[in-house]
Amino acid sequence: MSYETVIGLEVHAQLLTNAKIFCGCSTRFGAEPNRNTCQICLGMPGVLPVLNRKVVEFTIKMALATHCRINRLESFARKNYFYPDLPKGYQISQYAHPLAENGYIDILMDGQKKRIGITRIHMEEDAGKLIHDERNPWSYVDFNRTGVPLIEIVSEPDMRSPEEAAEYLRRLRDILVYLEICDGNMEEGSFRCDANVSLRPRGAEAFGTRTELKNMNSFRNVQRALEYEVKRQQYILESGGEVIQETRLWDDAQGQTHSMRGKEEAHDYRYFPDPDLVPILISSEWVEEVLKTLPELQLEKQDRFVAQYGIPVYDASVLTTTRALADFYEETVRLCGKPKIAGNWVMGDLLRYLNEEKRDIKESPVTPNHVAEMINLIEDGTISGKIAKEVFEAMYRSSKKPADIVREKGLTQITDEGAVVKAIEEAMSKNPTQLAEYRAGKEKLFAFFVGQVMKVTKGKANPQLVNDLLKKMLSGL
Amino acid sequence: MGLNELTIHELQDKIKKKDVSARAILDDVFKRIDAVEGKVHSYITLMRDSAYDAAESADRDIRAGKANTLTGIPVAIKDIMCTKGVRTTCGSHILHNFTPPYDATVVKKLKEAGAVFVGKANMDEFAMGSSTETSWFGVTRNPWDLERIPGGSSGGSASAVAADQCIAATGSDTGGSIRQPAALCGVVGLKPTYGRVSRFGLIAFASSLDQIGPFTKDVEDCAIMMNVIAGYDPMESTSVPMEVPDYQSFIGKDIRGWTVGIPKEYFIEGIDPEVEGAVRKAIAVLEGLGAKRVDISLPHTEYCLAVYYVIAPAEASSNLARYDGVKYGYRSADGRDLLEMYKRTRSEGFGAEVKRRIMIGTYALSSGYYDAYYRKASQVRTLIKRDFQEAFKTCDVIITPTSPTPAFRIGEKTDDPLQMYLSDIFTISTNLAGIPGISVPCGYTKSGLPIGVQFLAGHFEESRLLQVAHAYEKHSGIRRRRPVI
Repeated sequence: MSYETVIGLEVHAQLLTNAKIFCGCSTRFGAEPNRNTCQICLGMPGVLPVLNRKVVEFTIKMALATHCRINRLESFARKNYFYPDLPKGYQISQYAHPLAENGYIDILMDGQKKRIGITRIHMEEDAGKLIHDERNPWSYVDFNRTGVPLIEIVSEPDMRSPEEAAEYLRRLRDILVYLEICDGNMEEGSFRCDANVSLRPRGAEAFGTRTELKNMNSFRNVQRALEYEVKRQQYILESGGEVIQETRLWDDAQGQTHSMRGKEEAHDYRYFPDPDLVPILISSEWVEEVLKTLPELQLEKQDRFVAQYGIPVYDASVLTTTRALADFYEETVRLCGKPKIAGNWVMGDLLRYLNEEKRDIKESPVTPNHVAEMINLIEDGTISGKIAKEVFEAMYRSSKKPADIVREKGLTQITDEGAVVKAIEEAMSKNPTQLAEYRAGKEKLFAFFVGQVMKVTKGKANPQLVNDLLKKMLSGL
Repeated sequence: MGLNELTIHELQDKIKKKDVSARAILDDVFKRIDAVEGKVHSYITLMRDSAYDAAESADRDIRAGKANTLTGIPVAIKDIMCTKGVRTTCGSHILHNFTPPYDATVVKKLKEAGAVFVGKANMDEFAMGSSTETSWFGVTRNPWDLERIPGGSSGGSASAVAADQCIAATGSDTGGSIRQPAALCGVVGLKPTYGRVSRFGLIAFASSLDQIGPFTKDVEDCAIMMNVIAGYDPMESTSVPMEVPDYQSFIGKDIRGWTVGIPKEYFIEGIDPEVEGAVRKAIAVLEGLGAKRVDISLPHTEYCLAVYYVIAPAEASSNLARYDGVKYGYRSADGRDLLEMYKRTRSEGFGAEVKRRIMIGTYALSSGYYDAYYRKASQVRTLIKRDFQEAFKTCDVIITPTSPTPAFRIGEKTDDPLQMYLSDIFTISTNLAGIPGISVPCGYTKSGLPIGVQFLAGHFEESRLLQVAHAYEKHSGIRRRRPVI
């Protein structure tokens, strides 16, 4: 029998607010353990939460970007369970009344648009982190992350393959990053994903029994875990067995999923409205205001780049990976007027250097001004494309202006005929054997002589000029 | 007569005239504490050293002419309010060693007003009880009869004020925990409107019902305390950003032409005849002051207790989850793994009544039962609220007994939780509706136990309560007695 895969994803995204969701503590990642804490996020007796309105604003942004319906009244619920990383013994979350519902995003699969439904988006607080010490019979708790705002984005079971799920996840991350409300870092845990997977006979309406997958901390792992789980369920069904509804953990090292807890062991979270927080009204004026700040999203920008700058779709997709990169590119184009060449430099040399050092475009030592100026130097013949590579690297290392680098290093292109003729003469006299062979018909040696001339001029000779003169002189004309 | 027997406003006059020093007042308070505390047990923690430091600083302010509202006034704090650097136990073993790193907003306000903290008053564990018998630190005895309970949960605050072991005290009221002990100890106790006084730093029992309020020797002191503690707190989402009137300005105003509502559901079988008699007399006093009486009905009264005992335990079961032995307070030494550590810590750390309510609340919130219990209770709560809204269309204030009986004997109801719960039958509706209520002494039984009368008003109408309570107090003709200990 042939089976159809059904996947739905639950994504948790940490919001980039400066303060936590219910107190004034910093959300900065990487601080010394328990540095970013106060009596409120530590759940001391007597403390009360006060909602950070920025969290609501960020969530409204995501809701608008994913075409959700925004509920007018936002209220919170308590999700009760015991765990040492949860200082109050309950997580403040949203249950019956999520902030947003019934949205969608579009993904591209093999050039085809597919729509994936968003069931709901709600706000909640993150928990702390347990640190286990292998040598000692105790564990440590770091509450820095406790109270960092999260949104949970629940999709409809609309994905039909692990590839689709991975694409949805990437698209979702792109949107969050574009909105500048989440940094989308799966490894650091600011973007996390759980998956629900089931199989059903092709053509069937009813869903099969699903399993929930957890602990997948990269895009690659999400896809691998789903592929493994699909195969596992398929094997069970084909051998006449039944899939058990359970939560399974992905084991990266073994490349397998393992059962974590069954349906019977599922928690009863005893949700109820949090009496410490009053519902707040989300006015249409507020939503309108947020709407005004909504940026052009990636797919829209990509389409525009192709149309406006005449660059290939692939280039446009790379250049729109982040808003900052797209802005960098557009500014460069504005300054030099050469979209295609600007694209090549930004995608090629700039991204390569940045990636080598794992630096963000926002930390680039090279500005759009630099790149545009350098492109202008190539265009007006001051430097060759080859020399430009050297200029670019120097520019990246020193943040100096390209014109200054060209002047300081004496990299200006040699366009004087006399100087080039002199260099060709030198190359010919140094290599009499090759000259003779060339003149005897071995024309392949032309490239050898170009190289020799470039060596003599330290690469600064105008390539076109070298070509023209060399042809004449080698032929003895 | 010791300075500890005076009221805030009496002491304010003497302080203003520089007749007394803060130190002299405190000396008399501690003299009294030393004499009677062994019998009464109003306090869990005494703050003698820091109190004398505070009195010294108060005297400096007094000499400099910078005396504030409560400068030099010795005040007791219910041990449910966080006090920075001073152990705060909530009457529980599980917090017997907990020292908060911060002050509750009310504590901060009292400090800023110049109050001198005498100690942390005894209470039922996590405010769950009507007699202080559930305190891990032992029962508080009623100053009027040491064989009897002082009421609860704020029993220590009430007895400390009644026994002149302080001038005023703070309490918290979730279902009557200020008004019932005030009635049973013969002092004034006010539960403000929900949202009027900050809950920040008040250890939560039932978050939608809890409210802090004052215990005082008379109604004018109550107004003075309210002037200090009431007001919006940005640290609390349920705090209401509304202007606070000068409550003291309502003291001495007459109530001529007011309508006093008498709810028929509050004068029922089972109410002690001496209590009923005293309250009926109080009604007559009000009529004598030019008020009109009107019979009213609060038809959903019979559901109050049931609704309360779903909502309060449900919220408590969640609020008390944080006491898990991980971060602060008691931790059982015997747990071999996490689950066992949790179980032992909570089994050993909580008393029987607290465990009973955690179980009731956990059950009421469980999946499959939520709709039948919590949701239904919340719906009925709305009806109870509406009862009062309707009632206040026809009257200015409502009058009821505070408690159906005077103080009962220690141990009398400990084996029968339902009998204990009935002790709050006249006070619980107020918390469910979120309205303010005050208990004022209205006489004594033949055996010499105090009786209290309760006045209720609409949301944020504490000023009305203080006005009617003061008018009554002034003209009741009841001579104030002092307990002999």
